[in-house]
Amino acid sequence: MRLPSWISQHLAALRALLVLTVVLGIVYPLVITGVAQIPGLKHNADGSMVKAGDTTVGSSLIGQSFTDKDGNPLVQYFQSRPSAAGDGYDPTSTSASNLGPESVVDTLPDPANKDDTGTPSLLTQVCSRSLAVGQLEGVDGSRPFCTSDGVGAVLAVFYRDGSTGPVTRVVSLNQECPATPFISEYKGVKVECATFGDDYSKGVVTPIRGDAPDHPAVPSDAVTASGSGLDPQISVAYADLQASRVARERGTSVDNVKKIVSQYTTGRALGFMGEPAVNVLQVNLALDKQYPYHQN
Amino acid sequence: MSPTAAGVIFIASLVVVLALVYKPLGDYMYRVVSRTKHSVVERGIYRVIGVNPDGEQTWGVYARSVLAFSVISILFLYLFQRVQSHLWLSLGFTNVTPSLSWNTAVSFVTNTNWQAYSGESTMGHLVQMAGLAVQNFVSAAVGISVAVALVRGFARRRTNQLGNFWVDLVRISIRILLPMAVISAIVLIAGGAIQNLSAGHDITTVAGATQHVTGGPVASQEVIKELGTNGGGFYNANSAHPFENPASWTNWLEVFLLLVISFSLPRTFGRMVGSNKQGYAIVSAMAIMAVGSIVVLNVLQGMHHGTVPQAVGAATEGTESRFGVLNSATFAGATTLTSTGAVDSFHDSYTSLGGAIPMANMMLGEVAPGGTGSGLYGILILAVITVFVAGLMVGRTPEYLGKKIGAREVKFASLYILTTPTLVLVGAAFAMALGGERASMLNTGAHGLSEVLYAFTSASNNNGSAFAGIGVNTTWYNTALGLAMLLGRFLPIVFVMGLAGSLAKQKPVPESTGTLKTHQPLFVGMLVGVTLVVVLLTYLPALALGPLAEGVH
Repeated sequence: MRLPSWISQHLAALRALLVLTVVLGIVYPLVITGVAQIPGLKHNADGSMVKAGDTTVGSSLIGQSFTDKDGNPLVQYFQSRPSAAGDGYDPTSTSASNLGPESVVDTLPDPANKDDTGTPSLLTQVCSRSLAVGQLEGVDGSRPFCTSDGVGAVLAVFYRDGSTGPVTRVVSLNQECPATPFISEYKGVKVECATFGDDYSKGVVTPIRGDAPDHPAVPSDAVTASGSGLDPQISVAYADLQASRVARERGTSVDNVKKIVSQYTTGRALGFMGEPAVNVLQVNLALDKQYPYHQN
Repeated sequence: MSPTAAGVIFIASLVVVLALVYKPLGDYMYRVVSRTKHSVVERGIYRVIGVNPDGEQTWGVYARSVLAFSVISILFLYLFQRVQSHLWLSLGFTNVTPSLSWNTAVSFVTNTNWQAYSGESTMGHLVQMAGLAVQNFVSAAVGISVAVALVRGFARRRTNQLGNFWVDLVRISIRILLPMAVISAIVLIAGGAIQNLSAGHDITTVAGATQHVTGGPVASQEVIKELGTNGGGFYNANSAHPFENPASWTNWLEVFLLLVISFSLPRTFGRMVGSNKQGYAIVSAMAIMAVGSIVVLNVLQGMHHGTVPQAVGAATEGTESRFGVLNSATFAGATTLTSTGAVDSFHDSYTSLGGAIPMANMMLGEVAPGGTGSGLYGILILAVITVFVAGLMVGRTPEYLGKKIGAREVKFASLYILTTPTLVLVGAAFAMALGGERASMLNTGAHGLSEVLYAFTSASNNNGSAFAGIGVNTTWYNTALGLAMLLGRFLPIVFVMGLAGSLAKQKPVPESTGTLKTHQPLFVGMLVGVTLVVVLLTYLPALALGPLAEGVH
């Protein structure tokens, strides 16, 4: 008996899919896994795991947080970049922040609810990280478009005729009352602090540049989250900034620390691919081995 | 070397190596799809499938074979995810929900690889390697098969035979994609990518916290994800993940892999129609648009306009240290000029105008060079439109490659051109009109609209990248974007096959002095112009409300 052609066509399709699944979905990945067992590839294929003494402490490709339980930086270690993967460097929840270039207005926390921390905009995250890194490393943490208390310097400017006419009211959107606004006056109008729950949507969102230097002391990778949330590396500039603190805490010279840093710095491949970067975990492990930290 | 110089050399080196590979790979692919001999292994496979490899198909049978294969693939992949908790290597993950399974099945079968899930917390290893990665091979092979059938329509005369889909599918998978994947996978492991079947290790970090370092057959899947212009990451972070893309040079390799087949197919096309010059004309048009777009994107990201990038001092949000901003921009351009959609940095955090470029690349219809196969048939459709427009200007019946472009041909080409804009604009409009769906935006204002517009553009053009802040694992988005992917893939394929059938039937018209020379710079310029004007302008109003409104204020 001959099957109708539309049925035989689908049966052919099913058989084709099954045979291709065996070849491309089972044999191919298993053969590659087999090839990956040869020495030289096996270490990579298994995840480039690294040890401290006899204990496996991570993968040289996967970044880690060098912070205590409350998220405060451990001063004896080089710090990794900010991470948006879970609670930070969580390989089961890899992610970028996905916040846009004009994410500048915070959702303020509800003062009535103690657990509500609000939702900071990307700008405020950048500003607060910059301030914190500046304090930790003993440099100026100021940045353009940031207030001195580490939030985004953003005003809602209300005009008489919507977006034109004289200014009638100005609110500093990211500074919740009773904070003191970062500038007292804008175009002759007194700047107010922001109150939770008020509607400022009629105002024109106006970021204020301020007088921070064009090239802040805190490097850009120190204040931005990576794409994967697992970035194992930091820029050479950020490593240089941290070297003196780490040397001080470990009671050794900055030169000694920088020697280790340069050992784990990858340059551009073939001189033009990517950017030079420093592997944080490997540097910290080498430091622990050569210049152990003694807590005072 | 300054970062700018390094970024320029990065782009230039890709151009040079792609140019070197153009001839050998294009010729090899020509031989694969043209030879009449079958290998022993292939004969065995045809016997299992139950088809006669020497019997050719009409356009209708060829198209129905494509559709049958795709329907079966969707059903199979759907069921696979629905029962994954009972299978080996499921890593303890539960069965995937019905709406997400549908979305993912459609997504991988249509070569889109839109991902409303996080690989590391949803999919077991078996579903990844024997379900999703298989579609990475075969959906790419389907695209090339359809392109080859269209080119046969141009090359053949007075016939209704366009080749045999099953033969094309098997040969392209086994002779082109598989060997390239095997070599690149081993190279990628040498670069640091992982390849194991482990569930991962729990380790205690230096600071004393617990970290679960994941495992998986990543390298084997990563390379076919790029080669087949699929783009679905093993992990949520996609090619930004150090296990998928461990070093600055593997980043170069991945950009190369996702471009190489699509940029070499015009050679195959030229060989098949008997004129290598025609292939050079097509590849030139592709290259002009691709290099232009990538350079503009590099400039915009390098200048880092916008409040947050200015505050930071560079557009580093969402980029990896080892790649840097400029190479990430090159990857973003390449992934959206093809139908790949893999990302090594997160487009949602790009500068406003920089973020508009990946969107515009997809809106062009992904023809520079486009997806494997889909890029070639896409630009051939535009070439048909171009000779039609040129014919209107001088008042004579247009021809392309010796075939008359009459009413029937132009109808198929027009339907093709109209499909994706309709899906994108109607879909985005619905999402914005429904309050609940609007709430899926992560960012507010113009950037929120960009997220929705990007989602429908990506799904309808079978790209798969995202302004990833948007929360799309909802029943509505899974269903709507699934439909957009399905219609955005298969309606154009049916129109292409219809066009192929109608071209193959014709007797070639002899070339005369009035024939537009389609291998000369004038035609290349017109093709680029028509692509930009006809296609991109459709989207200008939508772009004006999203990224342009955000970037210009």
